Amino acid sequence: MRKSVDKFKHLVSKVIPLDRSNVDTDAIIPKQFLKSIKRTGFGPNLFDEWRYLDHGEPGMDNSKRSINPDFVLNKPQFKDSKILLVRENFGCGSSREHAPWALLDFGIKVIIAESFADIFYNNCFKNGILPITLQKVEIEELFSETETKTLEIEVNLEKQSVKSSKSYSFEIDEFKKSSLLNGLDEIGLTLENKSVIANFEKSYFSNYPWLKQE
Amino acid sequence: MAKTLYEKIFDKHVVLAQEETYLIYIDRHLIHEVTSPQAFEGLKIHDRPLWRKESIVAVPDHNVPTSDRDKGIQDPISKIQVETLDQNCKEHNLLQFDMSDVRQGIVHVIGPEQGLTLPGMTIVCGDSHTSTHGAFGALAMGIGTSEVEHVMATQCLIQKKLKTMKIDVQGKTHPLVSAKDIALFVIGQIGTAGGTGYAIEFCGDAIQQLSMEGRMTLCNMAIEAGARSGMVAVDDTTINYLKNKPFAPTNEMWDLAEKEWRTLHSDSDAVFDKVVEIDATIIEPQVSWGTSPEMVKGISESIPKKSNLSSDKHLDFQRALAYMGLNENTPINEIFVDKVFIGSCTNSRIEDLREAARYLKGKKINPSIKLAMAVPGSGIVKKQAESEGLDKIFMESGFQWRDPGCSMCLAMNADRLESGERCASTSNRNFEGRQGQGGRTHLVSPAMAAAAAVHGHFVDIRNEEISG
Repeated sequence: MRKSVDKFKHLVSKVIPLDRSNVDTDAIIPKQFLKSIKRTGFGPNLFDEWRYLDHGEPGMDNSKRSINPDFVLNKPQFKDSKILLVRENFGCGSSREHAPWALLDFGIKVIIAESFADIFYNNCFKNGILPITLQKVEIEELFSETETKTLEIEVNLEKQSVKSSKSYSFEIDEFKKSSLLNGLDEIGLTLENKSVIANFEKSYFSNYPWLKQE
Repeated sequence: MAKTLYEKIFDKHVVLAQEETYLIYIDRHLIHEVTSPQAFEGLKIHDRPLWRKESIVAVPDHNVPTSDRDKGIQDPISKIQVETLDQNCKEHNLLQFDMSDVRQGIVHVIGPEQGLTLPGMTIVCGDSHTSTHGAFGALAMGIGTSEVEHVMATQCLIQKKLKTMKIDVQGKTHPLVSAKDIALFVIGQIGTAGGTGYAIEFCGDAIQQLSMEGRMTLCNMAIEAGARSGMVAVDDTTINYLKNKPFAPTNEMWDLAEKEWRTLHSDSDAVFDKVVEIDATIIEPQVSWGTSPEMVKGISESIPKKSNLSSDKHLDFQRALAYMGLNENTPINEIFVDKVFIGSCTNSRIEDLREAARYLKGKKINPSIKLAMAVPGSGIVKKQAESEGLDKIFMESGFQWRDPGCSMCLAMNADRLESGERCASTSNRNFEGRQGQGGRTHLVSPAMAAAAAVHGHFVDIRNEEISG
């Protein structure tokens, strides 16, 4: 269990190219694994239906299951990769935070996409994962680089840059950036404003008294 | 300054503003068994109390069995999850409608039904379909478990302002074209990422004519267009629905509330970041054919031809067809189904069941259908349906009549598709494996699902005889 999120500053890693659009959170972590009441242990079931040829259930010994050799995550050269490259609208669908938990548990620290679904994007930051949005043509360039070689890239959050054979820059909200750089505990941060919240509540309920009724 | 509905509600809830980052106050926090245990655990580890426990309402829905409920939950892992919710609610003394309570049901059905969802509220839940509650002129959105913990501990969320989108549905729909068809049609037009970064407000004649149930169906599907929040302005329909709901304000509090609620609409000169205009008269009953809700067509149409799509869509198109076991250019009404599911937070309210039953009355499901099930959204919906005799209509036609829960929308309980099975479903997601690994989902309205059950394939409900 985390105290706050892990800090993220800088990373060099091989890139796993997952050439798909609209990858939904049901695909990232199927529903049967959502029955866990923990935040950890989801890694072996990341992309379960694509990664294995048999049907997975919680509690199975995943090392004994038959893996799908064609699925990119199973290629030996990507064994320790920390960067996932995808297309548009990654993480759409369910709000399940089990999706970033599974990615993180597998070892993914950076996801580079043309676009992300809102809830998933937000959930990544809460878990020390950096989601990077690049332009469509830039994503295309990165994918074509991965066709000829195992691509290694460098990600620098401070400089907001991604470096392969070319250099790209990305946009990120300042608050989210500093949360990730410093590994901030957002709840602790908000609780520093306890009295502000309490004062707000007081005037709020005097304006809308029916909302206090329970 | 003229404001949109979203801006009105957002601004009233700003506790702190720091440049473009806001701390906003949360009025209502709905929780269920799947996305709350880790949040409670986090609070415990940090020894943080709940900020305002009266704001929280809990219900188990994803894992609950929809048959033989008296035998309890058979799956031991599901059982632990539901029991964990029970324990957490007991420990913190929270309002919970547990499995034995007649008020238990799908979280997005029971909130409105109990009057726990009110106009002008900020409402969150660790569930993407929280957008449903926006039907009441509320700002409702799905959040992750870390944010569930954040709201529990602080009653606030850290937010940036969303952009605003107005979806203006002008004109009148055909009487047998439902809110679900409008929702699917809109998603087909703007795409599953069309609403990303936006709060959508649905307006126009076709929306004003919808019942609250219809508006909930529409806002429920806003997330399938990528929008965290969907909303509809408050009007007489909203106010009349809320009167006498168990947790709605009463007497002078009601009068005060109603006065405020009547202001909850976008100002006539408010400016939206984006406006989408839809002609309601051209919307046909919709059927999804692929593995994303944007892969959808009208009942008189066919699956697209690859050559008519832009080349960057070809790979996803082929993958979707391969998964669905379908060919390009196949007419939608030639798609046969194995199972039929009427239920989910999208379409399990009393009006949805009435719509399906009205068509099913005096008819039998096709012998080719392996299973047809109707799963009411809550114990209260079930009771109401039974008092109207709808249960008998469903059962006489060959449908199973179940207990309330999320059921085969996401198949976390025992209700699921087997690999290769094809389902006409009133749920919200046709993703690969959503209703069971290898299962093939076609999203439709309740009446269209009922008609598919009778014919064994999709038919145009507008050409069907309806006796009820």
